[in-house]
Amino acid sequence: MRHIISILMENEAGALSRVVGLFSQRNFNIETLNVAPTDDPTLSRLTVTTVGDDRVIEQITKQLNKLIDVVKLVDLTEGQHIERELMMVKVKAVGAQRAEVKRTTEIFRGQIIDVTPSVYTIQLTGEAGKLDAFIQALGANTLLEVVRTGVSGISRGEKVLSL
Amino acid sequence: MELLSGADMITRFLADEGVEYIYGYPGGAALHIYDAIHRQDKVHHILVRHEQAATHMADGYARATGKPGVVLVTSGPGATNAVTGIATAYMDSIPMVVLCGQVMSHLIGEDAFQETDIIGVTRPIVKHSFSIKHPAEIPEVLKKAFHIATTGRPGPVVVDIPKDMTAPTEKYEYVYPKKVKLRSYTPVGRGHTGQIKKAVELMLKAKRPVLYGGGGLILGQAAELFTELARKLNFPVTTSLMGIGAFPQTDKQSVGWLGMHGSYEANQAMHHSDLVVCIGARFDDRATNNTAKFCPTARIVHVDVDPSSIGKTVRVDVPIVGTATSVIEEMLSLLDESRSAPDAAALTDWWKQIDDWRASRVGRLYEPAQPGEPMKPQQVVEAVWKATKGQAYVVTDVGQHQMYAAQYYKFDKPNRWITSGGLGTMGFGFPAAMGIKLNKPQEEVVLITGEGSFQMMMQELSTCSQFGIPVKIINLNNQSLGMVRQWQDLNYNSRHAQSYMQSLPDFKMLVESYGHVAMKVEKAEDLDAAMEKAFALKDKLVFLDVYVDPREHVYPMQVPQGSMKDMLLSKTERT
Repeated sequence: MRHIISILMENEAGALSRVVGLFSQRNFNIETLNVAPTDDPTLSRLTVTTVGDDRVIEQITKQLNKLIDVVKLVDLTEGQHIERELMMVKVKAVGAQRAEVKRTTEIFRGQIIDVTPSVYTIQLTGEAGKLDAFIQALGANTLLEVVRTGVSGISRGEKVLSL
Repeated sequence: MELLSGADMITRFLADEGVEYIYGYPGGAALHIYDAIHRQDKVHHILVRHEQAATHMADGYARATGKPGVVLVTSGPGATNAVTGIATAYMDSIPMVVLCGQVMSHLIGEDAFQETDIIGVTRPIVKHSFSIKHPAEIPEVLKKAFHIATTGRPGPVVVDIPKDMTAPTEKYEYVYPKKVKLRSYTPVGRGHTGQIKKAVELMLKAKRPVLYGGGGLILGQAAELFTELARKLNFPVTTSLMGIGAFPQTDKQSVGWLGMHGSYEANQAMHHSDLVVCIGARFDDRATNNTAKFCPTARIVHVDVDPSSIGKTVRVDVPIVGTATSVIEEMLSLLDESRSAPDAAALTDWWKQIDDWRASRVGRLYEPAQPGEPMKPQQVVEAVWKATKGQAYVVTDVGQHQMYAAQYYKFDKPNRWITSGGLGTMGFGFPAAMGIKLNKPQEEVVLITGEGSFQMMMQELSTCSQFGIPVKIINLNNQSLGMVRQWQDLNYNSRHAQSYMQSLPDFKMLVESYGHVAMKVEKAEDLDAAMEKAFALKDKLVFLDVYVDPREHVYPMQVPQGSMKDMLLSKTERT
């Protein structure tokens, strides 16, 4: 099963490599990963999506917790949560394609954020599945480039991941 | 206010921390530190002949005393040579602090002379690591390093120190930090009382229980409490290889250690048990055999200070995260308060079964040598046990001799059995024995090794001459890499690919050339006299080159992918 694990860690050199290294060292899987400092500049928040059965996920969270640089973590998929990913797509858009791509973008509530006579650059935010669906919907149109941030997530309601 | 250079802060901190010996090897990036060592007399430096030996010396010291071992090496090759020793300590959770010189900060990343990203290289084999960014932070970082290395589940910590951090001209205020706080690191303390109650209830109901102790009992200084618990319950006691000594092995309640080469009765008892109470062991593959067939009828209680050890390889019914001492203390008081007692009738039957298993092997553990045949390695270990009255610190390398030592030397106290169990590092033994002898000069320290392992670190004979470290070395010389050869006999139709040691040195001449004493023992009738002579020479390193049967195999041996009880008992018998 897919899990989203969100980690607060020391914003220090080497912390990220310890987390990423742990996954390869112990043969755990990383599907997406993103990391950035938080409002507290001494802390970074790292979100990783991974796949594994209960035993593997338990090991992943336990091993992550053992890292000295990891301050706190939560498996967001254990509770109600919101997940988002940002994607930017560069699509070939000439002639009739231009209107069609624009329409598809509107349906998915994306935005065209850059335009040239032959190319649209589209920004889209949503759950990973929605981004996948958008790429599928673009169908025959030529995809020139796709860039995704990886999943970020937050718990619903009062629950917070903070110190 | 006291102003010190980074280098002086390091030696001063080590002295304030109570470190008496450090083990290391100088080089360019560490020279400011070496100069500081030269200018003080509290911290003594032992110059090894290879950095790997420095880490094993520190490791041996830590295993025997429970205190952290400290290593100092230079950048690049100095640090990479230490890697095997760091990994060895990591796998067996040994507290160690490794100080590595590094090229000057402004050169880092430029492939400078003797530059290695040692933080990167050691990342998967350390508990944590630090890089010094400013000389003023040295005392605090070192305190953190010692704190992390020694608390919770112990382990090695690497501190990378660029040369400019120790420059003699840059001085900063030094205060010894008595305490440090890390917001992201809180070692676990007491276990969950509800869980401990559940465990005790299971213990009181059990009909075929086994107490299973691991290296955590030794590291956590819980052997005495564990023994008390065992006596109160009258359960059979087994240990992992690393747990040897946590319970007196000559006691009737001990069924020996378990696993691949563990005793017949320990493995049988585990397989047939209805309750395994494991404290401080991690159920690794050499202990469990095939986990799918592991202890099919047993409920498992697992106590460990490291939550990630619980449920990692086998399913656990009652997980308890806590220190061994606190959990056992709580178990003991719950047992005292309880109105019921362990099921005496069931235990009587269980003990009868175990005694039958045990009796079936008496006198059949190995076949003694016939007249004219080479000595058996097992009888040599038995002779060492007798000669040292079972009181020695016994250090081993890795291979057949390691298993024979574990099987035939009986340990009644913790911290006396010193072996690289997790990583299985050949070459570990000699330096580890040196580290112990240096710090415990009154104790008998015996290295049981083989000619393969010994040759991996034999350059340290020179260190022993320089610092006067009189360890006793029993070389079980079978002129081959015995364990490799055994597996080749069993799995590769006796095709002995590269397991035969050609061109062995004359060990007697070799050892004597360093100024030590050496004897060659080829006949069984000379063995006891040679031992006696060796142990009588208190102030001398003595090397006994004992020729043993190269055809001998270590048994029992669990059948690959089988259950705990599936064992080869000799070349011809199988359970």
